[in-house]
Amino acid sequence: MTKIVNRAMWLSLSLSLFCALPALAQETRVGNLTGHAEVGKKLYQRSCIGCHGPYGDGNGENAQWIDPKPRDFMAATFKCRSTPTGTLPTDQDLYNSITRGFTNSNMPHWDSLTKQNRVDLIAYIKTFSDRWKTDKAGDVLKIPAETPINIDSIAHGAALFQKLECWKCHGQQGRGDGPSASTLTDSKDNPIRPYNFAAGTDDSRFKCGSKNEDIYKIFMTGVDGTPMPAFGDVIQPNDAWDLVHYLRTLQISRHSKENEVLRAAGGKIPKVEIKDPPPAAAPAATPDAQPDAKPQGTGK
Amino acid sequence: MRFAKSVIASGMLLLCPALLLAGTVSGKITYSGTPAKPKTIDMSKEPNCAKAYSTPPVTESFVGGAGNTLDNVVVYISAGAPDEKSAPSQAVTFEQHNCRYTPHVLAMMVNQELKVVNSDQTSHNIHPLAKINREWNKSQPPGTPPLSEHFDKEEFIPVKCNVHPWMRGYFAVLKTSHYAVSKGDGKFELPNLPPGKYTITAWHEDYGTTTADVTITGSETKNVDFALKAKAY
Repeated sequence: MTKIVNRAMWLSLSLSLFCALPALAQETRVGNLTGHAEVGKKLYQRSCIGCHGPYGDGNGENAQWIDPKPRDFMAATFKCRSTPTGTLPTDQDLYNSITRGFTNSNMPHWDSLTKQNRVDLIAYIKTFSDRWKTDKAGDVLKIPAETPINIDSIAHGAALFQKLECWKCHGQQGRGDGPSASTLTDSKDNPIRPYNFAAGTDDSRFKCGSKNEDIYKIFMTGVDGTPMPAFGDVIQPNDAWDLVHYLRTLQISRHSKENEVLRAAGGKIPKVEIKDPPPAAAPAATPDAQPDAKPQGTGK
Repeated sequence: MRFAKSVIASGMLLLCPALLLAGTVSGKITYSGTPAKPKTIDMSKEPNCAKAYSTPPVTESFVGGAGNTLDNVVVYISAGAPDEKSAPSQAVTFEQHNCRYTPHVLAMMVNQELKVVNSDQTSHNIHPLAKINREWNKSQPPGTPPLSEHFDKEEFIPVKCNVHPWMRGYFAVLKTSHYAVSKGDGKFELPNLPPGKYTITAWHEDYGTTTADVTITGSETKNVDFALKAKAY
């Protein structure tokens, strides 16, 4: 009798573990919160369906009136990631996006919802694309220590801005008026503008976070679904930081350490030469943070 | 000794069919109707590239020849051949040269290595607008090494450079190794086809697709021509 009972117990235990495993594989976790798609579904139908649509493809009834268009969750392409271009974002990335909202768009900052609710919503939106079943989130970008903010860094960043031809879209003053700017379209063929660094007096217009680290991330991982490419494979991390410092000086009306440094240097950025093309670094997203390629003549 | 000879003989007999009984499908692609005229490309915003052209270049969505032949059509076996498990180890190359893509249409197999080369003095970004495969977008400044990528699903992917809006190309990512892209006189050839019943598909970036069925019985060459309807816009 006990033998049969034991066997039955083992069977039911292993069966329940087996059934739990698929759920575990799909788990959405942010911090110590786990998302539940069934709860997220009800929240979505109340708060999100008007823009993002019943199929999550961004074709809600409001979509025709707004620009930029709502995110198409069926495509599973996301702008703001800490993972390489073409890979899925982490749950934390999605949580940050839903909490922050997207400035200059109709996506509000959803901190009116509880943290748990936001995590539940993330679990639900993942059900709109099979990619979440077949792919894992990309490797999280390792962000090395920021280089010091001094005039050398800014000067080097300015030289990179020219060398990497950022001005072709962003314009020489970063006002989004470069020669190619008027022809830009996003991946759904909607016209799109490059970021205008000179507008506004603060950081409120950055879509993916407003710290130096966030700008660094955008630069390395690109803004998927838009013309902004990833530079992670073609630039060294220190160079990327220098570029970030230069970009801050394009925000001419914003108080920043970088603008103070520039003012102290007389308001002029010295011209420096980059002797060689930006050296190819080992991809920034690998766990090994030390690039293999030796930097060639970066002027230091 | 005799036994050994007969073993060798029968071994060769077994091998021979595989070597001898392989047919070829060849043909020509033509279009009917009036195609839209290729437009002149204004490269004045990119002097580095504009200077390479003595006469302004034109768009490549329609490349035709005498007798209404059509180039840049991907012809491939879409049914009848077994799925191939592994991709060739040889990479295919996509080049950004004088602000055009070479070739305009690049065919490759699923998981085959794609090398993207920038041989211009200007930066390009390589942006395959994939919907089934992952969409990625990478910058490639001049002097940087080739990018190495691959696609793991079958798809016809438009490719663009956002900085230079006239740059347009296509990746044809296929499950089969039996493919060809028509070039010069709209001609194509699909060799090394074992006996069987096949469906062949011809794809053009603007004129859509058309199919034909063909049966290979031995080592014959079958002629299959395709006709696509041109679009006037």
